[in-house]
Amino acid sequence: MNNITNRKILITLWTLTSKEIRRFMRIWIQTLVPPAVTMSLYFVIFGSLIGPRIGEMDGFDYVQFMIPGLIMMSVITNSYANVVSSFYGVKFQKSIEELLISPMPHWAILLGFILGGVSRGILVGIIVFFVSLIFYPEFEIVNLGLTSLVLLLTAILFSLMGFINAVFADSFDDISVIPTFVLTPLIYLGGVFYSINILPEFWRQVSMANPMLYVVNTFREGMLGISDVSISFSLIMISLFIFIFTSLSLYLLHKGIGIRE
Amino acid sequence: MKNFALEISNLKKVYSGGTEALKGISLRVNEGDFYALLGPNGAGKSSTIGIIGTLVTKTSGTVKIFNHDIDQNVSVAKSVLGVVSQELNFSQFEKVIDIVTTQAGFYGITRSAAKPKVKLMLQRLGLWDKRNDQARTLSGGYKRRLMIAKALIHEPKLLILDEPTAGVDIELRREMWDFLKEINNNGTTIILTTHYLEEAEQLCRNIGIIDQGEIIVDTSMKDLLRRLDVQGFVLDLEEPLEKAPEIDGFELRLEDSLTLVTAVSKSSSINNLFMELNKVGINVKSMRNESNRLEELFIEMIKK
Repeated sequence: MNNITNRKILITLWTLTSKEIRRFMRIWIQTLVPPAVTMSLYFVIFGSLIGPRIGEMDGFDYVQFMIPGLIMMSVITNSYANVVSSFYGVKFQKSIEELLISPMPHWAILLGFILGGVSRGILVGIIVFFVSLIFYPEFEIVNLGLTSLVLLLTAILFSLMGFINAVFADSFDDISVIPTFVLTPLIYLGGVFYSINILPEFWRQVSMANPMLYVVNTFREGMLGISDVSISFSLIMISLFIFIFTSLSLYLLHKGIGIRE
Repeated sequence: MKNFALEISNLKKVYSGGTEALKGISLRVNEGDFYALLGPNGAGKSSTIGIIGTLVTKTSGTVKIFNHDIDQNVSVAKSVLGVVSQELNFSQFEKVIDIVTTQAGFYGITRSAAKPKVKLMLQRLGLWDKRNDQARTLSGGYKRRLMIAKALIHEPKLLILDEPTAGVDIELRREMWDFLKEINNNGTTIILTTHYLEEAEQLCRNIGIIDQGEIIVDTSMKDLLRRLDVQGFVLDLEEPLEKAPEIDGFELRLEDSLTLVTAVSKSSSINNLFMELNKVGINVKSMRNESNRLEELFIEMIKK
C-alpha cells in the first residue's frame, strides 16, 4: 500500500466541499441575504431613481448596463469573503489540524475551500441576477456560454485570492484590509457603474491597468454583448492568474507557511 | 524485521526564532505498546508529537509510522495515525455528531459508512446524548471526550494523546484510563504524554523521558521504578503526637499531630519501623504511599 485510493481522496474532497457549503448555507442570513439587499438598493437608487437622468450607457438603459457589473461585484466579494473567512476561521480555531493531520492531499484541501467559495460566489451571482429581473424584467443574456464561463473563472480566481490572504493573515484585521482597501476601490473603479469610454483619455489609460475592468467587461460582453476590452486577452489573463495563484497556494500549503510551525 | 509502530531517528527541530526544541532524538515504540513520553514544560514533547502528525515541520531526521516514512509516504502514514492534541481543535459552532462524521470523511469514510461507527464511538464515550449539541456548549470534560472520539473514528493503529486528561475531574480521568486500556488491549498502540505521572505509571508499559530536546530515559516502566531506592510512606496514627519520634535509620517528620511521614530506603524494612514505633508506644492505624514514586524519580532525573 503506497497511497490512499483515488476513491478515498474523492470522499475527503467531497467531505470538505460539502462542509464548506453547509457552513455558508447555515449562516445564510449573513452570507446570501446581504448581497440581495445591497444590490436591491443599488438598483433602486442608481437604476430607478438616478438612472433615468443619466440616460443610456453604451446604447443600453443605465439599469441594464449596471446589471452585469453588480453581479460581478457580488461574485467577487462573496467568493473572496467565503474563503478568506472560512480558512482563517479554521486557522484561528485550530480545526485546520483536523485537515493537516488527515491523509488528504494538499491539492484536495485547496480545492475543497475553492469549491466552497465558488459555490457561494455563483449562488450569490444567481440571486442578484434574479433580483435584477425585478427591476428590469425584460433582461436577456446574449451569450450564456461566455457568461457562465466568466462567472466560473471569476469565482475561482477570487476564491484563490481569498485563500492566499487567509494563509498570511494573523488577525481578523488582516482578513478585512485587502477587501476594504484594495478590492472594493478596484471594483468600483473597474467599470461596474460606467463605461471607461466616458473618461478622459488619461484616466481611461489608468483604468486599463485595473484588473477588475477586464473581469467586469468580459462578463458584460457575455450578458449584453458590449465590452471596453479585448475578450480573448481578458480570458487569457484570468486563466493565467488562476494558474499563478493555484501554484502559489499549493506551494504555501506544501511549505506550511502560515499553517505549520 | 521488527515492526515498530513508531520509529524516530535523529529528529531535530529548530524554530524560526532559533530555539532548538529537539536536538536529534531517536525513539522506537513497539507495535501494541502503551508508551509514556514525559518531560517538563518546554522539553520538546509537543514538538515531537507535532512533527509526527505533520503539524510541525521538522528541521532534519526521519519519522516512520508503521514503517511508512512521513516524507515519502505521508498519506498512508497519516491514515494509520490518530492524534489527540493538547489544545481543542474542532469548530466550536458545529454539532458533536457533525464534527465526528466530518472527521471520518477526511479519512475517506463515506457518510453512510461513518454513521454506525460514529454512533458507537459517541455511545462508548458518553457523548451520544449530546450529539446534537454545539461543541461550544459542552463542558471541559466532554470536549476532551470529543477530541478522543475524533482521533479514533478512523480506527488508527497508533494513537498519540498529548495530555488528554489535563483539567479533567478524577472520575472522568479514571473512565478515560479504562477506555484507553481497553483500546490498547484490542491492539491499538498508544503513546501518551501527561503531567500526571500516576497516569503514566498506571497505564504505560514503557517510558521515555525527554528534557531540553533530548531523550534522557527510554526504558520499561518496571525497570525505571526499580531504580528508585527510596519510597515515602504516610502513617495515620491512632493517638496524636506533639513531635516526631527519633528512630535510628529512619527519618520521620510530623505532618500534623495524627500523621507521620517517612522515607524508607530499599535496604531497610518497613517492619523494623513498625517494631520501633511499637516500642515507643506509637500505634499505626493505616499506611499509604507518600506520593507518586514516578514523580520522585522524574524530578531526580531532570535535575541531573
